[in-house]
Amino acid sequence: MKGSGSRLDHRPAALLMLALLAIPAWAHEQSGQAAGFVTGLLHPVSGLDHVLAMVAVGLWGAQLGAPAIWLLPVTFPLVMAIGGFLGLLGVPLPGVEVGIAASAVLLGAMVATESRPPLALAAALVAFFAVFHGHAHGTELPPGQSGLLYSFGFVVATGCLHAVGIALGLLHRWRSGRVALRGAGAAVGLAGLVFLWRALA
Amino acid sequence: MRRRFAALAGAGLALTSGAAQAHLVNTGIGPVYDGIAHLLVSFEDVLPVIAMALLAGLNGPPAGRQVLLVLPLAWLVGGVAGTLSSAAPWPTGPATVSLLVLGALVAADFKLSPAALTVLALAVGLAHGWHNGVAMTVAGLPTAGLLGTAGAVFVVTALFAATVVALRRPWTRIATRVAGSWIGASGLLLLGWTLGSRA
Repeated sequence: MKGSGSRLDHRPAALLMLALLAIPAWAHEQSGQAAGFVTGLLHPVSGLDHVLAMVAVGLWGAQLGAPAIWLLPVTFPLVMAIGGFLGLLGVPLPGVEVGIAASAVLLGAMVATESRPPLALAAALVAFFAVFHGHAHGTELPPGQSGLLYSFGFVVATGCLHAVGIALGLLHRWRSGRVALRGAGAAVGLAGLVFLWRALA
Repeated sequence: MRRRFAALAGAGLALTSGAAQAHLVNTGIGPVYDGIAHLLVSFEDVLPVIAMALLAGLNGPPAGRQVLLVLPLAWLVGGVAGTLSSAAPWPTGPATVSLLVLGALVAADFKLSPAALTVLALAVGLAHGWHNGVAMTVAGLPTAGLLGTAGAVFVVTALFAATVVALRRPWTRIATRVAGSWIGASGLLLLGWTLGSRA
């Protein structure tokens, strides 16, 4: 806008509105492909238990520093895929919801107490819980949607949640940040206890 | 004055414009564009190409150049062989193996010898190209589409391999490995989906 006499340019707003109102394009014969990706992408963020546990993985990785900060995000999706693989095959895994809730409790406790176990033990703990998270995602693939895009969607969403945890974990550089992280870990652990209570009830 | 001239020039151009050739069938290269579009909208084809490019990039510029040459050519040769084959298409087969193997190699930042990388690019290109050729024959599509697909494979490989080669900061290399982990995980899940008869 130049001076008082000039008029406001509405074109960007109109363009944005048109973009937001656009309906999905069905440009390919294989309908339902994009829906599979979106379903997969939304699956991990649709449950608070998944969200908190995944963010806690990132927070813990950031607390532990290198090499855990990159080892956990690289290994987690691959191990989670083993759980998803079992879920897609229909192989039952007992206590999936309990395992997911317990992951939030234990990972939250690790962050709250700033535990520094050996790297192999930390990786094994995270990998153990990754199987439960993957199994839950694998069994809930809606029929008629692309397995590849659904899978890629939930793997990407999980990775992004790790990234959020790692980004928040950068607060660890400052003393007050370290206290805040430990508080966040305690909150995750308490929320996990609620989920665990519900899973066992 | 300038505005009036621009308006006149615009009007002149509009009045003297020729007929539009909006339908690619007139140009004869429509199937080539179909081939390009096929790769870009087929996740089971484009994701292995990206994974191969990431692996090539992690192995350095000479490896990137090598894969840039071998992968599209192998794709084209495999495609032509597929059009001559009478086998039934197996949609998830090549993608499952490629994603699993390439994703794991990228995640592990595995250093491959030039010969091994060439063999890998050759295998990926031949397998995916062959499947494309078989599927095109079954669908009754012109084989010229293979040229477009191979061209798109070249462009995608060049873009991703060059990007990875140019990465300098340590965390960017780790981000590439995380992407490999996601790709490998998707391959394993695709295998589960296929074996679980949901395909």
